[in-house]
This record gives sequence, structure tokens and C-alpha cells, in this order.
Amino acid sequence: MSLMSFDILEEMGRMRREIDRILGEGGLSSWTFPFSRISFLPGRASRAYPLINISEDNNKFYVDALAPGLDPETLNVSVTGDQLVISGEKRPLPKNIKSEYIHRSERAAGQFTRSLSLSAGVESDHVQANYTDGVLKIVLPKVEAAEPKQITVKVS
Amino acid sequence: MAEQTAVLTTEKAGSPDKPGEKSLATRDEAIYIAPPVDIFENEDSLIVVADLPGVDKDGVDIRVEDDILTIKGNAKYTQQATVLRQEFTLQNYYRQFQLSDEVDQSKISAESKNGVLTITLPKAEKSKPKQIKVKVG
Repeated sequence: MSLMSFDILEEMGRMRREIDRILGEGGLSSWTFPFSRISFLPGRASRAYPLINISEDNNKFYVDALAPGLDPETLNVSVTGDQLVISGEKRPLPKNIKSEYIHRSERAAGQFTRSLSLSAGVESDHVQANYTDGVLKIVLPKVEAAEPKQITVKVS
Repeated sequence: MAEQTAVLTTEKAGSPDKPGEKSLATRDEAIYIAPPVDIFENEDSLIVVADLPGVDKDGVDIRVEDDILTIKGNAKYTQQATVLRQEFTLQNYYRQFQLSDEVDQSKISAESKNGVLTITLPKAEKSKPKQIKVKVG
């Protein structure tokens, strides 16, 4: 039976490749950027988690948060004026696993809260949030006063 | 590492284009992210949990060939309208692990939920722990 033991050379090689990749040819390239950020620990840096993309059109804001594996029951989105608060919890490994049975533990876990200021007020009654495949998508309609008005220029 | 633990996986370096070689992904047109994983075992199986946000269940490709477990995921994500702030982009995911013959490769199953992929690799009969009774007499 081939019970391999912990191979220190293999692990060191892996670490070297990892460091090469970070410092190597691409520098801090787009290849290393997302991995280093998505494994960011929500427990330790709960105010910078999850990562967020924001976009807008004339009447709405679109906020997308990268947060795989959240417990949907703990996920909480609230809006006050132009403030958006997202909080929730990513569950750790089940507690009944003995530590000697864990080979790798790279996925972060913990509770987080993140708040954002939007550039205009939103209709808090009509905010929609949808959590699909680990991405939380929030659509926030702007208050009417913040929608751009088209002004016709008269030529005389 | 404790004595009960059989090392059932080791990681393979590489990208889909150059398997097993130093990754040249920064130069390739397609860019891959190595997803963070948890790997643990219980008495019957080895369980691999990977974070693959943005990948639906049809976008996951799991293969076992020559004792190598390959996880691939195609993320579908585009930001709408006018971008105000961008902290993440989603690309495709790719990671490989070397399995030992202690996994029963015909009974591997996988499940995807909320962007988290869980792969269950049942242990082969011969590598399950056997209880041996000690006779006193």
C-alpha cells in the first residue's frame, strides 16, 4: 500500500512556483490578482469582503459581489438613503472533522459586513437582490430626483 | 502529518495548454485562476471543496484521467452598463491534483451549490481502516 508521506520537496517546489508566479514575468499581473483577492479572508478583513463591482445606467445602480458559499439565510442586504450594507457568513468546514483529516484549507470562512455609499439615493422599496452561483447581484433604482433630465438646447 | 492520514492528493502544476509544466498562463490568451480548495477526508471518502463563483453547473468540467483529477470551470460574468468601480473580474478556473490508487475512481460524484463545487471521491475498499479486535487471554 502506497502511503506516501508529506513530501517536503514537493511542497517547497509548489511554494516556489507560487512565488515565481507572483514576482515573475507578469509581475502583479491580472493572473495573480484575482486568486490572491478571492481567497482573502473574510474573518480577518471583513470590511474589504466581498469584492464588489458597481455599475450604473440612467435609472439604476448594479452592485455585484463575489461571495461563493455563503449561507443564504445569513445573507443580509439593507439600504438607507444612499448607503448599502451587505453582511453574511461563510461557513467554515464542518466541526466534526479531525484536524489530521484535513489536507488543505485554503477557502476563507467567517462573518463579514461591507457598506458602500452610492453617488445618489435609491428607492429602497424597489431594490432587488439575487444570489446565483456565488455571485450576489443587487439592482437599485435611483430616486427620481437623481435621474438625469434631458434638456433641449434652443438655437436662436 | 498524523499517522492516520494517507496523502491521497498532491497538486500538479500547469495550465490546460501546458499540463505539468511551469505555468505560462500570463502569456496565453485564455487566463486561468486556480480556485482555492479545502480537501479533507472521512472514513469512506476524500472530499474536495472548491470555490468557483460565477460558474453554473453546466460550466463545470471534472475529469479523472491517469489518476489526475482536473477541475475546470467556465465563469460567465459581464458587468452591465457604465462601470463605476471594478474590484474583480471572473475568468476560467483550472486546477489539477494527483490522486493515488486509494480512490475508487468509478464512484466519484460532484455537486455544485452557490458557487461552491463539492467532489466526493470514495476510498477504495483496501484503504478503508479495518478494526482489529485484540483478544485478551
